[in-house]
Amino acid sequence: MTRQAITIRGLTKAFGRNAVLRGVDLDLPAGQVTVLMGANGAGKSTLVKVLCGVHRADAGQVLLDDKPFAPEGPAQALRSGVVTVHQNINDGVVPGLDVASNLLLDSLAEGGSLFLNVRRMREDARRIAAAVGLEVDVTRPVAGLPLADRQLVAIARAMAHKPRLLILDEPTSSLSMAEAQRLFTLIDRLRAEGVAILYISHRMSDIRRLADRIISMRDGQVSGIFDSAPLDYSGAVRVMLGHEITEVDITIPPPGPVMLQATGLQLKPEARPFDLSLRANEVVAITGLVGSGKSALASVLFGLEAPVAGSLTLNGTPYLPANPAQAVAAGVFLAAKDRLINAVIPAFDIQSNLSLPFTKNHSGPLGLIRRTTERAAATRSIEAMGVVCQGPRDGILTLSGGNQQKVVVGRWMSQASRLLILDEPFQGVDIQARRDIGRRIRDSATNRATLVLCAEIDEALEVADRILVMSEHTMVGDHRNEAIDLGRLMAQVAGSVEDRMDIPA
Amino acid sequence: MKTFSPTEFAIRYGFLLLMAGLIVVFSVLKPAFMSPQSAVFILQSVAITGILALGVTATLVVDGFDLSIGAVATSSLMLSAYVMVIWEMGAVAAVVLCLVMGAVVGLINGLLIVKMKVPDLLATLGMMFLLVGLQRIPTEGNSISTGMVLSDGTNATGSFSEGFLMLGRHRIDFILPDLVPLSVVFLVLIAVLVWGFLELTRHGRVMYAIGSNAQAARLAGINVAGYRVLAYMISGVLASVGGILLSARLGRGDVASGNNLLLDAVAAALIGFAVLGAAKPNAFGTAIGALFVGILLQGLTMLNAPYYTQDFIKGAVLVVALVFTFALSGRAGRGRG
Repeated sequence: MTRQAITIRGLTKAFGRNAVLRGVDLDLPAGQVTVLMGANGAGKSTLVKVLCGVHRADAGQVLLDDKPFAPEGPAQALRSGVVTVHQNINDGVVPGLDVASNLLLDSLAEGGSLFLNVRRMREDARRIAAAVGLEVDVTRPVAGLPLADRQLVAIARAMAHKPRLLILDEPTSSLSMAEAQRLFTLIDRLRAEGVAILYISHRMSDIRRLADRIISMRDGQVSGIFDSAPLDYSGAVRVMLGHEITEVDITIPPPGPVMLQATGLQLKPEARPFDLSLRANEVVAITGLVGSGKSALASVLFGLEAPVAGSLTLNGTPYLPANPAQAVAAGVFLAAKDRLINAVIPAFDIQSNLSLPFTKNHSGPLGLIRRTTERAAATRSIEAMGVVCQGPRDGILTLSGGNQQKVVVGRWMSQASRLLILDEPFQGVDIQARRDIGRRIRDSATNRATLVLCAEIDEALEVADRILVMSEHTMVGDHRNEAIDLGRLMAQVAGSVEDRMDIPA
Repeated sequence: MKTFSPTEFAIRYGFLLLMAGLIVVFSVLKPAFMSPQSAVFILQSVAITGILALGVTATLVVDGFDLSIGAVATSSLMLSAYVMVIWEMGAVAAVVLCLVMGAVVGLINGLLIVKMKVPDLLATLGMMFLLVGLQRIPTEGNSISTGMVLSDGTNATGSFSEGFLMLGRHRIDFILPDLVPLSVVFLVLIAVLVWGFLELTRHGRVMYAIGSNAQAARLAGINVAGYRVLAYMISGVLASVGGILLSARLGRGDVASGNNLLLDAVAAALIGFAVLGAAKPNAFGTAIGALFVGILLQGLTMLNAPYYTQDFIKGAVLVVALVFTFALSGRAGRGRG
């Protein structure tokens, strides 16, 4: 029987009325890498934050080496041996200080003598750096180091605390392959030293390389534990995404002419190029795990980033937008994900939020806004989307999340487009709003191509005529939404299908 | 109907009521306070800071800040004097060159912030220092006036043109003969224009969107960088207008004038946040903010308050206005978010 470094029983945590963790039971054995998977909102980050002392659990018990563990704050968690490397690397280092000071930061913060013994500091720092295979001049400022070295500095600093549990949150998301390999070697060594490692990632290549066990989370609970070799990767993904298939009647309309054609599109230097064609009248969903390249594709189509290689045509003419303004002018609209960051103008009312990209269409000479036409358009959008509100002049933040989402989606449906991209349009909305938005997307799809990006497969099944699967920044599957082979689709999402198919037009 | 909430009422009308109360108190204590002359005097005293404050408002709307306005105004003062006294050119040339200077400084500010990614406060602070120094170099630190001794030993023969001086000194007939100074007309005109631009046009709407959530504005296809630069250019041009009016009032290029312009203008714009519970930069509020300071100082002066208490009073008003804006509005859930 393996010794458990951490034992979690019945852990719950709620923010207001929103229960995020609903009785989590989890064991993390020493000397093993446990991969934690879960879709957005499954409760992964909250679980991590409870373990590393940022949040306190409402109920439940955590045992660290069989002793109760309820840290008062991050500093105490660190001292007890729970070390966390956050996704945002700069949370773990002080960029303005040199490597030596960063490595010794915790002992510096604890005090000691008034003056610093620089020579001894550097010696200590070199010893700590060597322990994790970090080969840099310790007098260099951290700000000048590559991302991977900065991450190693954060880990090395943590190592000084003789960790019992190391938590890594999406550590490879900004690393190159070679840098990731170096990290994996370090993880292997720590595993051999008996450290329990909780590794949060959606990258199947990382997971295959490292995982001893996989835990899937869904809706604030552990939904699956996979710990017998060989590991069932597709099973883990399936459990994470859930598969209660909702009954939705999709009648696939006859597709129109090709609206957007991408040829040899390459989203990352190491990613395989792919072709993509989207036709008028059809609603295409792209599904795939977080970081599979869905948003990167949207960024290219909307002029936020240039592709590594490849060409695009829109309605038969070459299309390469340099910025969102050009994309909008060409009739390519993007309803971005994370509405509060990317879409909502908090100071504005519903009406002004709806008309924001199209103020030109609502203004007369001298750019004076015609409030009557603007208001009429807003009223139409509110009705079409079924936004529950008092009227178009309500502040956007007075609405519920689902209604805010209807406004930001409705914004891009208020004018005719050639290609409408909706990135996670069902993010953080209740089931009724999700149905409303989905129906509206389908009802208005005539004469434009519609691309819906969603990580949740049931959302894709509810809304799309055709479902594409992305993995590792390329297309790996294409399914007509009729009697779909879900097992095969899930396997493609997990990246375990090796038939490198080309996407038919 | 919504129920009456005292907090909501205080946030919306508190500041206007306070201003009305001040006017009543001053009128009772000093009946001369209610005369047209007194009203015009107040307007004239706030005309230049008001115009500068409207420019700052434009930069505040896009969530920026322009600390260089005071220096732009004094540079404009020195430039207009230099153009007329040393180069012996006319009023039109002086005005045009000052406006161009203001626009160019605004453009440079904007590009520093948008292209070079210098934080707005630092970029405009640097520009402020640069201009304060630059405006003294051509005259070796001396003020400019007709007959001044030039570096080659000769005397300057040019002079301020009559037309130019009119901008600062002419009064037009309104109710009483020779009542309203031109500078007050400019203030009212510019206030209406800036208000109309910010509140009624799509450009103003878009600028408010940028100030509230620049990322969302960019993803709505808005040229965020362009509008940011535009805001600093508006601010620069209006500051140079303020400098022109100051120059026309003084009739000489005085290196020591205009020290208080920056702080007074910023105070007026920030007080404007509190007017009608806007809790955001707005042209109407800025104008009222400038007026409020003017009324308070004029009333206190008529009551023989010593001049050296003025800055203290302005500061106190600003602090109270900021409490109105942030603490009270925040509690009622309408903070700037």
